[in-house]
Amino acid sequence: MRSLIDIVDLTPQEIDEMIQTACDIIDNPQKYSDSCKGKKLATLFFEPSTRTRLSFEAAMYELGGNVIGFSEANSSSAAKGESVADTAKTISCYADIIAMRHPKEGAPFVASKNATIPVINAGDGGHNHPTQTLADLLTIYREKGGFDNLTVGFCGDLKFGRTVHSLINALSRYSGIKVVLISPEELKVPSYIKKNVLLPNNIPYIQTTKLEEVMPELDVLYMTRVQRERFFNEEDYLRLKDSYILDPAKLTNAKKDLCIMHPLPRVNEISTAVDDDPRACYFKQVLNGKYMRMALILKLLEEAKL
Amino acid sequence: MNVDAIQNGIVIDHIKAGLAFRLYNLLDLDKLDCPVAIIKNVNSEKMGKKDIIKIDSEIPINFDVVGFVDPKATINVIKDGILEEKLSIDMPLKLTNVIKCKNPRCITSVEQELDHVFELTDKNDKVYRCLYCETKADI
Repeated sequence: MRSLIDIVDLTPQEIDEMIQTACDIIDNPQKYSDSCKGKKLATLFFEPSTRTRLSFEAAMYELGGNVIGFSEANSSSAAKGESVADTAKTISCYADIIAMRHPKEGAPFVASKNATIPVINAGDGGHNHPTQTLADLLTIYREKGGFDNLTVGFCGDLKFGRTVHSLINALSRYSGIKVVLISPEELKVPSYIKKNVLLPNNIPYIQTTKLEEVMPELDVLYMTRVQRERFFNEEDYLRLKDSYILDPAKLTNAKKDLCIMHPLPRVNEISTAVDDDPRACYFKQVLNGKYMRMALILKLLEEAKL
Repeated sequence: MNVDAIQNGIVIDHIKAGLAFRLYNLLDLDKLDCPVAIIKNVNSEKMGKKDIIKIDSEIPINFDVVGFVDPKATINVIKDGILEEKLSIDMPLKLTNVIKCKNPRCITSVEQELDHVFELTDKNDKVYRCLYCETKADI
């Protein structure tokens, strides 16, 4: 049974096909409005989420399907001590596809090994969040017309930022990509990303602590939030949380067609004054996330039939 | 220092100096009731210093554990005081229930029935990562 646990589970060709499906959904929503009639998506959210859960639910409803599920662990059998494996087996009896968010890393993988229906990882701790990466890729595709020869800057928490690691991984499979890594020393991208992803794929990259210096080079700027929940130490969080705040002044020497992205939620790392700038794409990203989740649900349900 | 030659048993030789105790623990040799000798910092022409473990019994050895701790170690099977077989080992591609993932956010930290599985992701640098959360293993 095909599931999506990590973005690299999908080939670049499959991602390209899903992007084409998403673009077709955007252009012809009516064509897909009954595609999942009679099908049920189970949203198993063991930790709070606004965007991702509602995005999955909206995606399934727009495909004509139904949704069942829960939005916190306390309202599930996990509160009684049920294992992820047993939950996955049980839900397989009720639904056609699962979207799972879990605070423990690897939980959706365990679910996929025990479910008899496709499992989509909707975020597992600080580990993977592949559907966010799909949203990011569709946004870059629609804003820049493709992926080749782009200079992509990642700014903020590059150590714990799972969306950053997944997107670097996904972009490394396209040609001519350059990566600029902007972070405080303590939140630099882990060395294994450089060693296992950037270097083997011959992706040129630079690391810097100064956003303004590299701004003119960037085609895409991917901002991230310093996430309180990823720190064991509150002092470290407080010291680093305001490292980078993007405001109109910092954008004065940026390209006219820069694409500013953020996986959201933001706290203060992008000033609301930037929201009206035509280069701000983070709310388009949210919408694109729904379309890519629609394309993903269609793909996995189609493959499950085979 | 003299350690008697064994008649029937296993000698794990050419262990990188300092790793014998790690190997002793992971192979659960403390649970044996036969004589077991750990010889540390033995002079070696090839290695400078090495560790050796001698087990005075024909027990099954988990080659994966030896390959994980030190793939350059050799396993000598002794029968009737004579070297019967000398085995070289390689790094295992997968390691199951030998070490535990130390990431407190890993699913294995809360679900006790899951196997602890690590996969070899970088042979040159001897990197094993947890199958579930991809956290790097301490060797």
